[in-house]
Amino acid sequence: MANLIRIRKGLDIKLKGKAVETLSQVGHSDLFALTVSDFHGLTPKVIARPGDVVKAGSVLLCDKNHQEVKFVSPVSGTVVAVNRGDKRKVLDVLVKADSTNEFESFARIDLSKASGEEVKTHLLNAGMWPFIKQRPYDLIANPQEAPKAIFISTFDTAPLAPDFEFVLKGQEVDFQAALNALARIAPVHLGVHENAQSSALKNASNVTIHTFAGKHPAGNVGVQIHHVSPINKGEIVWVVNPQDLIIMGRLFNKGVTDFSRIVALTGSEIVKTGYVKIQSGSLISPLFKSNVTKGKTLRYISGNVLTGTQVTPESYLNFYANQLTVIPEGTEKHEMFGWIMPRLNQFSINHSYFSWLLPKKEYVLDARIKGGHRALIMSNELDKVFPFDIFPEILLKAIITNNIDQMEALGIYEVAPEDFALCEFVDTSKTEIQKIVREGLDMLFKEMN
Amino acid sequence: MKALRNLLDKVKPSFEPGGKLSAFQSVFDGFETFLFVPNTTSKTGTHIHDSIDSKRVMSMVVLALIPALLFGMYNVGYQHYLAIGTLPSVSFGEIFLFGFLAVLPKVIVSYLVGLGIEFVVAQWKHEEIQEGYLVSGMLIPLILPVECPLWIMSIAIAFAVIFAKEVFGGTGRNIFNVALITRAFLFFAYPSMMSGDNVWVKTGSVFGIGEGQLVDGFTGATPLGQLMTTSTGEAHLTGITGNALSAWDMVVGLIPGSIGETSVIAIALGAILLLATGIASWKIMASVFVGGSLTALMFNAIGTTPSMLLPWYEHILLGGFAFGAVFMATDPVTSARTENGKYIFGLLLGFMAVVIRVLNPGYPEGMMLAILLLNLFAPLIDYVVVQKNITRRLNRAKVTNDKK
Repeated sequence: MANLIRIRKGLDIKLKGKAVETLSQVGHSDLFALTVSDFHGLTPKVIARPGDVVKAGSVLLCDKNHQEVKFVSPVSGTVVAVNRGDKRKVLDVLVKADSTNEFESFARIDLSKASGEEVKTHLLNAGMWPFIKQRPYDLIANPQEAPKAIFISTFDTAPLAPDFEFVLKGQEVDFQAALNALARIAPVHLGVHENAQSSALKNASNVTIHTFAGKHPAGNVGVQIHHVSPINKGEIVWVVNPQDLIIMGRLFNKGVTDFSRIVALTGSEIVKTGYVKIQSGSLISPLFKSNVTKGKTLRYISGNVLTGTQVTPESYLNFYANQLTVIPEGTEKHEMFGWIMPRLNQFSINHSYFSWLLPKKEYVLDARIKGGHRALIMSNELDKVFPFDIFPEILLKAIITNNIDQMEALGIYEVAPEDFALCEFVDTSKTEIQKIVREGLDMLFKEMN
Repeated sequence: MKALRNLLDKVKPSFEPGGKLSAFQSVFDGFETFLFVPNTTSKTGTHIHDSIDSKRVMSMVVLALIPALLFGMYNVGYQHYLAIGTLPSVSFGEIFLFGFLAVLPKVIVSYLVGLGIEFVVAQWKHEEIQEGYLVSGMLIPLILPVECPLWIMSIAIAFAVIFAKEVFGGTGRNIFNVALITRAFLFFAYPSMMSGDNVWVKTGSVFGIGEGQLVDGFTGATPLGQLMTTSTGEAHLTGITGNALSAWDMVVGLIPGSIGETSVIAIALGAILLLATGIASWKIMASVFVGGSLTALMFNAIGTTPSMLLPWYEHILLGGFAFGAVFMATDPVTSARTENGKYIFGLLLGFMAVVIRVLNPGYPEGMMLAILLLNLFAPLIDYVVVQKNITRRLNRAKVTNDKK
């Protein structure tokens, strides 16, 4: 392949519980939620009131700072509650669904003629805008800014990640429609894995295709941007998850806001792994009902084990979810003399364990930190799994010391917390690296805006 | 195991804040995490973590030091019986036992003093006990002469742990290698205990074992010490009874010197473990040797004094060069932390070590001072490397802006 980009640094963590390729449907749950914490940094303004009758696509919330960015109901029904927490902070909006799903109708636009502005307005009105995120800062894109490019990674290399090609099957037309639409706004770059089979990916039109190979995080869009067109100060790049493109595509093809998505059920503690089709915002408890191992404390994660967020099994599906993972919590486990025992069931990048001799073995890892928090002692640990031309440790130190000039100089605009997930995994000193990066980005955003 | 766990769980509450024994919380926590892997789970960020932790890393380094320790014990006994002339009549076991008894108190006292301070500081700061001293505590006896008295060693350790480490914030935040600060303190505060001809061989008995009279012609000078006192021409290095030393003798290490630094074979075993586990940087290790060899070769070419004429491989085999390169230069905290910086760090270190040995009339050994000097310069080396990255990023931005 002509422009194959091979990512040399990184780490594939082989875990037990990869989703088998079967697609099932779950029964319609009757409560749905739009959860504010799914959107980092959002200050919401509540539009819907309890008692309002809404359709799928009716506005529930908008962004207080950018009121054109709307958050809509995934289903038709009645708003039952706007839940608030401390200081009246909005937590979520609950909608009780009707028996039949009715849609708001949106005019269809002609993508061969539409301008970028028309496409934007269309996405904004239909509540699809939150799917578009921006780098730097890893927040929902500001619709008033012009990005230099839009990047989409069509494969995920994270542990137990869903196979997007399986998700894409049968929805290729919607996927391409969304690409056509975004291409009206800015040049679209599509990151495709070297082993991709689907012609909808390999032969996608209206986009520049870049072929990638290598270990995780080769599938991270941030890594792909860095290797294709790194972000300089003042530049903006937008990114979209590939599955979210399909949802956007339905809007352009059918004129409806159909938020159903395919989510992979993964992890060592799921009895029957697989893919399920489910509405965004539904209760996730039916997915786990008699489908998780009993007799252990479990950790439920929305997303993958590296970047996902911990959820309770009674919560609602995340707006961006592609994957749900269940692993053991591990609090009951007491390993003796961990500092010297061989511990053959443990995975480590360090050769003082033997997992490097068993590259095929699939591990059951729990949520223990497996060590105490220390100052950064080892050097070159983070670099090994961080495929950027950036010094991760030095950047972290700049963030910890609130040194904004140094953060800029060291390349903070190019990274998102997820790019540091592997660093956090391998870190001997057990530092909460993603949290530090997130805080650094938030601080910088505040300073700059 | 289960009973032990139950016992720990039972006494744990009294060590927690508000409990009767809460003043010993750090100590309890230290023992608990020594016995069992902590089972706290992640609150933010990644949900799974690599099994490596700093306890494991430090244990590996201590393990890597064991060959040097055991050989050092044997060599202490060997030099002793050689000095009193009864070597042919004593068994391997007796030789080792003598060395074991001579060295063990140093190891014990080193850990008692150093860890004692660590425990107190950890409790005072309400932090977990940090493992860094596990390594320092083993290094310190190995880089001292066997005749260094315990009380002097204790003072030096207390000074180093407090002023070279704790005041900077503890393990991972120190500027200088703690073990070498201990040695440097002794070197300047108690020079008679650290250099000369009378400290490298245990001549007296230990716990009543190994009584005897020194043989005629005994000289306790290390090869590097002999080099200093040779005035002209090539030096003829000898063992303590006047036997000529070959390069092979220097590899094996049955020669006088600091306890753990004489045997290149034992050090190499440790180096293999450190490199195989990836805990020490091969870049630093290799470049120290390259830097030292090249510098020695350069001096050989222009050489006039005995030190200048010492073959390059003997520079590497003798004194603390190999030990320093493998165990001290590679300390991740005090060495350069950028990958390219490590080459520069190592090369300069090797260079400085040989320069100090050869050109300085006062000190026969240069490794300690070279490492401490480079510890000081490591942040500068990193600064230069990082600055290059920053400039590259700025240029990239400029190029894209020019295109627009």
